[in-house]
This record gives sequence, structure tokens and C-alpha cells, in this order.
Amino acid sequence: MPDGIDVVRPYGDTTGDGMVQLSFTLPVPPGPRAEGAALQLAGKMGIAPAMVVHSHGIGGGGGGGAAFTFFVVYGPVRHLVDLAAVQVEERAYPLLSPGEVDGAIRAGLHRQLVVLGACIGTDAHTVGIDAILNIKGFAGEKGLEYHREMRVANLGAQVTVPELVARARAERADAVLVSQVVTQRDAHLRNTRELAAAFREAMGEARPLLVVGGPRFDPAMAAELGVDRVFGRGTTPGEVASYLVHALIGSRRPDTPAPEDP
Amino acid sequence: MTARLDLDPALVTRARELAACAAQPVVDLARAHTTVSVERAVLRLAGLTGTDPVTGDGDRREGTARDGTATDRVPWVNRVVDAVRDQVGLEHGVALPVWHALASGAAPDLQAVAEQVGAGTARFVVPTGAGAERARDAARAAVAAGLARVDANRARREELVARLGDAPRRPWVYLIVATGDIHEDIPQAQAAARAGADVIAVIRSTGQSLLDYVPEGATRTGYAGTYATQENFRLMRAALDDVSAELGRYVRLTNYASGLCMPEIAVLAGLERLDMMLNDAMYGILFRDINPRRTFVDQRFSRMVHARAGIVINTGEDNYLTTADAVDEAHTVTVSQLLNETLAKEAGLEDWQLGLGHAFEIDPDLPDSFRLELAHALLARSLFPDAPLKWMPPTKHMTGDVFRGYLLDGFFNLAGALTGQGILLVGMMTEAVVTPWLSDRDLALRNVRYVLDAAGGLVEDFAPPPGGFIDRRADSVLREAVALLERIADHPQGLIQAIADGTFGITRRPPDGGKGLDGVVALTAEAYNPALELLEAVRA
Ligand code: B12
Repeated sequence: MPDGIDVVRPYGDTTGDGMVQLSFTLPVPPGPRAEGAALQLAGKMGIAPAMVVHSHGIGGGGGGGAAFTFFVVYGPVRHLVDLAAVQVEERAYPLLSPGEVDGAIRAGLHRQLVVLGACIGTDAHTVGIDAILNIKGFAGEKGLEYHREMRVANLGAQVTVPELVARARAERADAVLVSQVVTQRDAHLRNTRELAAAFREAMGEARPLLVVGGPRFDPAMAAELGVDRVFGRGTTPGEVASYLVHALIGSRRPDTPAPEDP
Repeated sequence: MTARLDLDPALVTRARELAACAAQPVVDLARAHTTVSVERAVLRLAGLTGTDPVTGDGDRREGTARDGTATDRVPWVNRVVDAVRDQVGLEHGVALPVWHALASGAAPDLQAVAEQVGAGTARFVVPTGAGAERARDAARAAVAAGLARVDANRARREELVARLGDAPRRPWVYLIVATGDIHEDIPQAQAAARAGADVIAVIRSTGQSLLDYVPEGATRTGYAGTYATQENFRLMRAALDDVSAELGRYVRLTNYASGLCMPEIAVLAGLERLDMMLNDAMYGILFRDINPRRTFVDQRFSRMVHARAGIVINTGEDNYLTTADAVDEAHTVTVSQLLNETLAKEAGLEDWQLGLGHAFEIDPDLPDSFRLELAHALLARSLFPDAPLKWMPPTKHMTGDVFRGYLLDGFFNLAGALTGQGILLVGMMTEAVVTPWLSDRDLALRNVRYVLDAAGGLVEDFAPPPGGFIDRRADSVLREAVALLERIADHPQGLIQAIADGTFGITRRPPDGGKGLDGVVALTAEAYNPALELLEAVRA
């Protein structure tokens, strides 16, 4: 933000009042001690003076008393937000229209771009990958199957990693798109690492572009997970198509692999 | 007192006739086949338990309980059925060769047969003549003992409901727990019951549907759910019995008879006094890609067991609306309810046992969305006046805006109260964010309590006028449903073809695709299944 205000605080009903609201549960029976505990936590979070505007016990009724207390807390937060220091994952490639995507593939690849999609592991949530791949698309944008210059195979759910590797090899896939929705016990991260390792082992540098997505992924984690790109909540097919063009055609990968890092 | 619409009676009759006709090929298929899981269920009813100790990866793997039992150890029932299949095939069923081995003195009891299989010394033959007669008698007696335990559990449930009291009102308040760890689930379930839940469902670990065996023992390592095992069933039922006594009302327990082991899980539910079971004719096919033939054979057997056990089934129509549009595809829910009803009745279930599913999944941004929801809910209520009906909360249009989600859940609860639903699955405002936190569940129950206390009685006053918006919408959905049923019934393969065509949840499943087809076996005329014989005898 070049001009204007660089430092802001949360807005309740007047500029700079810093007001926030939050709710949480403590494993403490309801009562003055619980409220004190909530205030202490709020204070440590930078909310001062904090107000516990509501609390109630959870887990009571019937027999023994409640073992937990739920709180709603209001108050001004001391912290300032420095807008100049905010970092966002900038999209490093232009958003292309469907026509531009097809044009770029025709001109740059001279053949159809081959895309494989799947949900791996035991995850059966296909709506997300379907939104990206199926003609019907998402948020008013057509899915990748709509592109004349793409050949898309959607393998559906519960595909094992070895199956996916075999299919990618057989179909000579340029890109493999994988969706992971269930995140309990970090299943999505483990499965993604397994995916990356399997492709690395089976195909080395010649592996297809690996793209994963799902609502709870952090797009900044690609490198750490060993994949090329991670897409999160609300991704549209156009973003994905534009990225594929950028990664596979724009930067000549994978024909001439980039030099190894030292 | 229930809200009702005056549906066109001729149309309703036609809908039921068509559903029966569309389902007939499925029933014929089920009668002519058995599956590995049906046969394993027979052995379970006869009392065979435990796992082969030399199988499984033991403690090195995920899915291992802390007490040392491995969830990947192969149960004896699998070992025996596989051995019979290898040696003499399954087309006669497992009972003849197994009880022939027992009757001819090769082994003293079923457990010993299993151990011989483990040691590689078991030799199976299919008996004929007097030998077959003897094997049948012995098998029948063994399975009858298991069914007697199922019957005793049913009687015990009725006694407890009578003595402790039942849920205070309809709809029953149904809540899910899903920590992955049975010892974590138990206090959560008890807390939920104390906070007002009438029914506790323990959702299963992802991936269990695709296991072709039932894990064994108390488990602590599920993903997004807890493994369905006999021991987990027993532990949870005992914990809920305690809390039922404390609260003075019988708290029901639910699990899932779905996936590749549907018949066995149905048996375990009967043996451990579960009260309700998710059991849908198509869920596994559509959402887990389980082979349609496998599902239909397993399905019929499992429903016969539920019928005997006095278990209320819950069907899964709500799920279609997560992949298909709730307005455009509303009639597919009605069609599926009619098919589930006809298949359930064929398997011996009665109206009071049919928790037919439907859901509040219309896009809230659509004008009149709430009126449309009421129309759909009343259609189901009027079409199945004696079924409890399972009313499912919004999920698909829930977002990270939890405040809006709380409001939507309030409207969902109100629709449930107004239209006299039987079982209300409590919606969570954090549906799109996390598996529910303790506080999410508590807030959700407060929402339900407020709405039912404030407006529960409105069901008496709520009578949408004939010819009004709600009445017209219900009528048009029913007409679309009948038109679709006509198309399905027209095909010689009926429902089997409709599923291949992608009629439900816009998902296509061909009859020979999917997982588990290799576990389906065509029966010979001499085949014998003592469980089916005993279950069918009661109904005759
Ligand atoms: C629909 C649904 C189902 C359906 C799935 C039907 C189907 N064929 O997909 C059914 C009913 C089968 C189902 C089952 C289960 N579900 Co569910 N389900 C949902 C629900 C309601 C909506 C998900 C959805 O469709 N979103 C719409 C799509 C378009 O959004 P999306 O997936 O985020 O995708 C977008 C982006 O993330 C991205 N994206 C996604 N994938 C990819 C891939 C690539 C390559 C790219 C580029 C982008 C991309 O682009 C998409 C478009 O923007 C959510 C709750 C919710 N409202 O979010 C729960 C939810 C996802 N389910 C959940 C759970 C736990 C389950 C079960 C495991 C429960 C159980 N124990 O049985 C089961 C098991 C399924 C299994 N084996 O995996 C949890 C997950 C919790 C977690 N974070 O771990 C949720 C959040 C509900 C909850 N609060 O508990 N579910």
C-alpha cells in the first residue's frame, strides 16, 4: 500500500477501537475461576481490558456437573496490523481465458495436454476435483474437460498412489491433479507426501507436474510437500488451466528440466 | 398429530407399483447369489469370533489398538470362508461343508475348524444325501443360537425402554461422535446424551467400507471416525446403558451397515443391541464405488437381520443432494425413498423401522428456498406416514461463515418440527470447517432445544392450503418421481440399469464395475444358508 494508512486496528464501531470477539472452551468447570482463566487467556492474546460477555458449562445435565466452560469474549486488542509487512502468495502467472489457454497449448505443445485427476487414499470427496475437471465447472467457469486442447481423465475417488502412477505413465500425463479433503490427523499432508515420493521414485525428473488441492490446504506448502503447486478453498478451473499453461508451456518444463540446485 | 398434504392417491399407488417393479430385478439377483460377507455373517451368527494370530502387521502399522490387537489381523470367519471357497467353492454356501466337517468328527467345534484352517489341515467336502441332512440340522441349530441372542437383545431393548422411558418427544435428536478413538468417543457420547441427544451415532473411519473384513477389538486409531468392531459396539452400548439409567430414558445407538461387510456388521449390531443402523440400498455403490451386485446381495441379507433385531434403518438419500442439486433432483430422493421402502419391506422390515432419509440442502440464496424445503419435507411425510423419516441438516451450502450456518441450522430444525420428522440429525455450524468440537455440539443442541421447545407443537397448526405453493411443489416433485420410476421400471434390468445410467447423485455405476464383485457367487439349487432359512421362516 504505497499511500494511505499502513497501520490499522480491528474496527468495532469506531476507527481504531481495536474491538474483537472470540469464543473458546476451557476444560474448567463454570464459575468465577473459569471466568478468571478466560480473562487471563484473552489478556495473553493481547485483548485488554477483556470482557467475558457470556459463559456456560458444557457436559453437565443429568449426573455430574459440567467439566468444561464455553466463553464469548469481547475486547480491544492491543496489537497493530502493519499492512506494509503483509505477505500474500502472489499469483506469478496471468489469468487466461479458455480461448487463450487452448491457443497457448496449440502453439506451444503441438498436441493435446494430458491431465489426470483423482482423489487418493480413502478420501471419497470428489465434488472438488469434479468442480475443476468436469465440463460443468465451478463459479461460472467451465472445467478443464471443456478445453479442446486438453485430454482429461478423471479417475474418481479412492485411487491408490501406485494405480495413479501407472495410469500417469500409460497415458503420458503432463499433469496429475489430486484432491484431498479429509484432514483429520493430517491425512491430506501424509497422502500428498506419499504421492510426491512415489512419482519421484517411479519417474524421477520425467514425472508429470503434480498439483494438489482441497479446502484445508495452505498454498504456500507446495515445496515442503514435494509437489509443484497447491490450490486451496474456492479455486476456479480458470486459475488451474492458467497455471498449467504457465508451468508446462510458459517455462518449457518438462522437456528441458531446470538445472539442479547446487 | 402430523402435518399432511393430500397427495393424489392414484399417483401414490402408481408410484409404489412402479417402485416394486423397478426393484424386482434386484430382489431376483439377491435371491440367486451369495457373497463372501453373507457367508461370514452365517459363521458369526454361529458364534465364530477372533482373528488368526499369525496374520496382520501387528504394532508396526497404522490402525493398531494400544492394547496390542491389530485392526489388520484377519478374522477367522474370513479364513474359513476363503478356505471353503478355495477347496469346494461357495456356490453351496459355507454351512454344508463346515458343519459336515463338524458332524463327521473332523473337528469338535467351530473354533477348532478355524484353527485347522489356520494350520492348513482343514479338508472340506460338500456332503450329499444323509450327510447333507445332518450338516443342515447342525448348522441350523448353531445359527439359531445366534439368532436367539439377537431376539433376546430385542426383548431387552423393549424392556429397557418400558422401564427407563423413551425419548421424550419426536423428532428424536440424533448426534454423531467421531474421534477415531472409542475411549474418547465414550465420554463424548455420554456428554451428548446428558445434553439431550436421544440417539448417538458413531461414524466410521474413512476407508472401513472398503475393508473386506471387520476389524476386531477396541480401536483407537480411526480417521475421521471410529472403526465398527464388535468390541467397540459392546463398549459403547454398555456406556449408553449406564447413561440411560442415569437419565431415566433409553438412549439409542447407531452405526453403519454399509461397505463390503454390510451383512456381518448387521449381525454384530444384532448381537450387541445396537438400535438403529444406516443401511441404504445404493450409498455404497454411488459414494464408495462398491459393486452394485455385491451391494444388493449383501443388502438383502443385512436388512433381514435388522428386521429380526428390531433395528430401525436409516437410508441415505440426503447424500445425493451433496453431488446433485436439491431442487432439480428432488424427485430422485423420492424415487430412492420408494425403492428403499420396497426393498426393505421385501426383506421383512416394517414401517416403523424405516428411517427414510432426506435433507435440507437447497441453496439458501435461492428465493423461497425455505418454502421449497417445507414442500419436500411434507411430501416425504405424507408419502410415508408411518415411517419415522430421518431429517438431515444442511451440509453442502454450509460455509466458513459459521454465524450464517447457525441460522440455517435453526431453519432446518424449524422445518423438522413443522413437518413432523421422526429423527433429526443435529446440524453443526462448523460443518464446512472441522469435525465438530465439543462446543459446536453443545451450541447445536441448544439450537435444537430452543426450536423444539418454542415451536415443536406447531406441527398441529401447520397445514399448507391445497393448491398453494407448497402443495403444488410437492405434487410436481411426486409427478416427476413417477415419470422417472416409469423409465426405470421400463427397463428389464430396472434399478440396476438406472444406477448405471447415473440417475442418482449424478454418479454412474455399471453392474460389473466397482469393488467387491469377486466376492459374489451364484448359488446352486442345493445351496444352503441356515440364517436365511430361519429368517425367512418367521416371515412365512
Ligand atoms: C459433500 C460432502 C460429503 C459427500 C461427498 C460426496 C462426493 N462424491 O464428493 C459424502 C456424503 C459422501 C461425504 C462423506 C464423508 N465426509 Co464429507 N463432506 C461433504 C461436504 C458437505 C461438502 C464438500 C464439498 O463437496 N464441497 C464443495 C467443493 C466444490 O469444495 P472443495 O472440496 O473445497 O473443492 C474446492 C477447492 O477446495 C478446490 N479443490 C479441491 N480439490 C482440488 C483438487 C485440485 C487438483 C485443485 C486444483 C483444486 C481442488 O477446488 C474446489 C473448487 O473451488 C463437507 C462439508 C462442507 N460444507 O465443506 C463435508 C466434509 C468435507 N466431510 C467430512 C467427513 C469427515 C466425511 C466422512 C469422512 C465422514 C465419515 N467418517 O464417514 C465421510 C467419508 C468420506 C470418505 N471416505 O472420504 C469432513 C472433513 C473434515 C476434515 N477436514 O477432515 C467435512 C468438512 C464435514 C465435517 N465438518 O465434518 N462427505
